[in-house]
Amino acid sequence: MQIFRWVGAAALALAVGGVAQAETVKVGVVLPFSGANADLGHQIDKAFDLYVKLHANDIAPHKIELVKRDEGPPTGAQAKTVATELITNDKVQILTGFVFSPSAIALAPVVTQAKMPMIIANAGTAWITNLSPYITRLSFSMWHPAYPMGAYAFDTIGCKTAAVAYTDFPPGKDSTEAFTKGFEKAGGKVTLSIPLGSPVQVPDFTPFFQRIKDAHPDCMYVFIPSGAHATGVMKAYGELGMRKAGVKLIGPMDLIPDNKLQDMGDAAIGTIVMGHYAVDLDNPENKAFLAAWHKEYGADSYPDFMSAAGWDTMHAIFDTIKKLNGNVSDGSKVIDALKGWSTNGPRGQVSIDPATRDVVQDEHAIEVIRRPDGKLGEKVLGTTKAVKDECKELKIGRCGT
Amino acid sequence: MPHVANIAVSILFDGLAYAMFLFITSVGLSVTMGLMNFVNLAHGAFAMAGGYIVVTLTRTLGIDFVPSLIIASVLVGLISIPFERGLYRRLYKATDLEQVLLTIGLAFMAIATFTYFYGPIPKSVPLPNWLQGDINLGFRAFPSYRAFLIVLGVILIAVLWYVFERTNIGAKIRAAVDNRRMAESVGINVDRLFTLTFAVGSGLAALGGGLAIQLFGLTPYFAVLYLVLFLIVVAVGGLGSLKGTLLAALVLGVFDTAGKYLFADAGGFFIYAVTVVVLLIKPAGFYGRE
Amino acid sequence: MAVSDTMTAPAKPAASREQAANFLIKRHRFHAAEALPWLFAIAVYFIFPDRMTFGSQVLVMIMFALSLDLILGYAGIVTLGHAAFFGIGAYTVGLGAAKLGWTEPISGLFAAAIVAGLVGFITGWFLLRYRGLTLLMLTLATAIMLQEAGNLRSDISGGYDGLPGLTFDPLFGKFDYDLYGHTYYIYALVALAVVFYVVRRIVYSPFGAALTGIRENVRRMHAIGSPVHRRLVTVYTIAAAIAGVAGALFTQTNAYVTLTVFDFDNSAKVMVMLILGGTGRLYGAFLGAAVYMILEDHLSKMSPTFWQFGIGLLLVLAVLFARRGLMGLIEDAGRYIAKRRQP
Repeated sequence: MQIFRWVGAAALALAVGGVAQAETVKVGVVLPFSGANADLGHQIDKAFDLYVKLHANDIAPHKIELVKRDEGPPTGAQAKTVATELITNDKVQILTGFVFSPSAIALAPVVTQAKMPMIIANAGTAWITNLSPYITRLSFSMWHPAYPMGAYAFDTIGCKTAAVAYTDFPPGKDSTEAFTKGFEKAGGKVTLSIPLGSPVQVPDFTPFFQRIKDAHPDCMYVFIPSGAHATGVMKAYGELGMRKAGVKLIGPMDLIPDNKLQDMGDAAIGTIVMGHYAVDLDNPENKAFLAAWHKEYGADSYPDFMSAAGWDTMHAIFDTIKKLNGNVSDGSKVIDALKGWSTNGPRGQVSIDPATRDVVQDEHAIEVIRRPDGKLGEKVLGTTKAVKDECKELKIGRCGT
Repeated sequence: MPHVANIAVSILFDGLAYAMFLFITSVGLSVTMGLMNFVNLAHGAFAMAGGYIVVTLTRTLGIDFVPSLIIASVLVGLISIPFERGLYRRLYKATDLEQVLLTIGLAFMAIATFTYFYGPIPKSVPLPNWLQGDINLGFRAFPSYRAFLIVLGVILIAVLWYVFERTNIGAKIRAAVDNRRMAESVGINVDRLFTLTFAVGSGLAALGGGLAIQLFGLTPYFAVLYLVLFLIVVAVGGLGSLKGTLLAALVLGVFDTAGKYLFADAGGFFIYAVTVVVLLIKPAGFYGRE
Repeated sequence: MAVSDTMTAPAKPAASREQAANFLIKRHRFHAAEALPWLFAIAVYFIFPDRMTFGSQVLVMIMFALSLDLILGYAGIVTLGHAAFFGIGAYTVGLGAAKLGWTEPISGLFAAAIVAGLVGFITGWFLLRYRGLTLLMLTLATAIMLQEAGNLRSDISGGYDGLPGLTFDPLFGKFDYDLYGHTYYIYALVALAVVFYVVRRIVYSPFGAALTGIRENVRRMHAIGSPVHRRLVTVYTIAAAIAGVAGALFTQTNAYVTLTVFDFDNSAKVMVMLILGGTGRLYGAFLGAAVYMILEDHLSKMSPTFWQFGIGLLLVLAVLFARRGLMGLIEDAGRYIAKRRQP
């Protein structure tokens, strides 16, 4: 009987095109390559390119081809147009990238209709994964770092009162809501909530922070997009002497993007963030990742949490190609293959929750320190294992649908 | 110090520092638009270029921040001259719309060019020790960098005022703003005056760009990101008026800061609301000619 | 048309008068060449069936630019806040579908026109007393304040994450929207044709002539007793309504809208497109929007990072070598050929 099964399988394989047939998998990459947030796109793109370069042979005889398009401004419209055309015109089989949540939200009905697997490498609005069964995410939801930070701030850092300040757009509101939920559940009290203007222009943070300084909470939780805003926050915080005045700076890892950390100066020292990646994370995968990065892009170039997510995203795509033997034309099969996928990447253990298609990962409390070599470094103070997106666990607002 | 007074001092101080940045960066634009009747939307690109030159001078060549600022301003002033002679001059008599198209085109090209050389990641500059931290004035401490902005702004205002009001060149510029034909007919070389003021205006923009790095960080997109802000200062102040630009920068800077401090929820509103109110009452701005 | 009118004036006064009269009599008639852009748009449908999503975006921008041409090109109103009306139209159908269940697309376009036109009327009545830089800044501030207001009430507007997952009924209950965007494209093309017909009628009406008069010499129009302010407000209202329709189409084709529709970038971009194509020329909007967007699309595929250099270069070259926009270039070429034919 065994022999018949083998022969049958071989015949079947030949009939559908042959096992040995080399497929070229086309992957559409949609990232902001131009505009005010171009640096975010480039952080992910570099990770994609690096992974493809180092692992091209892993999927032999199959090949991968990245078709890159500019995500444009965070309007959703341009991303939707270019991504739709990647499907209809360029005939890609997998879509990935997406820095901005509006891009992913705009595209959700399209990928449902086209049965196109879409692997988000950044966009963090919590409820995006609920919009289509073809969406999965390997980056984070805003709740991943923010919710555990609430309890950690109260229990370990010792904040009894906190002010929250956030860039006035949905990820900012998400992040502060998550923090507030976690913080107040632990027993803390949020005394002041300050929106910091639009995500496009970096504002002058000083008047906002001056007001917080005058209100004198124990801690200040800040969410800003991790581009030029982060440096601005650190400068205003340092200039106002807020640490001396007893207001601790805390937030998600967006506050100290690794590629900007060395520019932040003394003001950053003592900042505690919750995050899933830091270049100083001590695991063998991260060491290898960093070494490869520096070799490719120079000693002054650093990956950040976005790059780490980009790396894992490409890893997941490669594993899926291997698992499906290059035959990724059926979107449902791709998504099924991704459900429950897990790996040890630069971030440590990550996996995809089969129920929500969202990422599960460790969250680390990280403190900025001065390293012995004079550079700024990150020290892991504690780790929460296998954190899921609490927004969906607690079914808050759109996360519950 | 009582709480309310403390708040007022904070707002005034931060507002003043912000106003000085606005003034330094916008005054060149005001003169270009007033004197030459030229809509220069590439003004932000000159500011951005100044910022990147400061980055190179401080980071790569190890020159101190303040000398770098001066070198960058002079360099950008010089670089702007061929642009004025070669491109802008051809459009002095053209419509506003064509000037908009040309200068937006230049700004786009500048963004792509600087992205090519510097990449899209925000840059920052190393500051000397005396510009970090704060200085104590006895009754309270102020951030040093902002105090520096205010002092620098005051010095620049004094110099510009002296040149504008007390020198031969200044008199010629004022004459040309008021009545170009008359100025030409009494023998003022208005063309050369244009080149000079354009270079000085671009140099000041570069200075503003260099100073802005510490406040906002620097990306190539700086060329257009804050353009609206500069245009607002120019419009509210009145075209070509030094006094007007200063007053507009002060009013907008202080109101914006106060709005952010006191009404953070509607913080974005303030600067536009002030603009609308001023322009509805005084359509030509504070010191513009009707 | 003022520029091209004067360009046709030859040396002899009598012949010149006759020619000018002929021109005025004939100019409102459809010229054979006017069929070209429409034939082109239809041809695109058959030649690039996979690119209809992009195609519909181009059509939407053409309509938006056309509405701006009506006020900028014909009435000489310079504005940097035109995105306000685009945004209002976009949010009218967006909120209608999301909150009121108003999902019928065609009536949505009319609703958008009415709401945007109303806002255009109110703001125009206040703002059109001003001119130049002042008007520029006032219109710009209006658009940004609308955006800020939307962000303050993001419980209604959805803020910068927008109103997701909007669904609209099939057209006439029959033609549903497809992934390839074929229905959208035809729908947008028909809407554009209707709007174009309206704009064309306005431009060649006595009202349109009065607008051109205001653009060329506002004092003289006052002197001959023309109700300048009322006419400006009227045309501003119409342009706002059309921009609203363009915005509504934008929301319907994307099934999504966010507050970024009010962006300064949006106002500036449509103005750049129009000037590039040529103002006061009706088809300038077509040419400008299409050339700009197609070039942007191509360049950003070639180089997602540095494509802006090419766009910038195009704008600079256009100013230096095609002073009246690309339409001006075409007119010049046409005149040159005509001259060569009859020595």
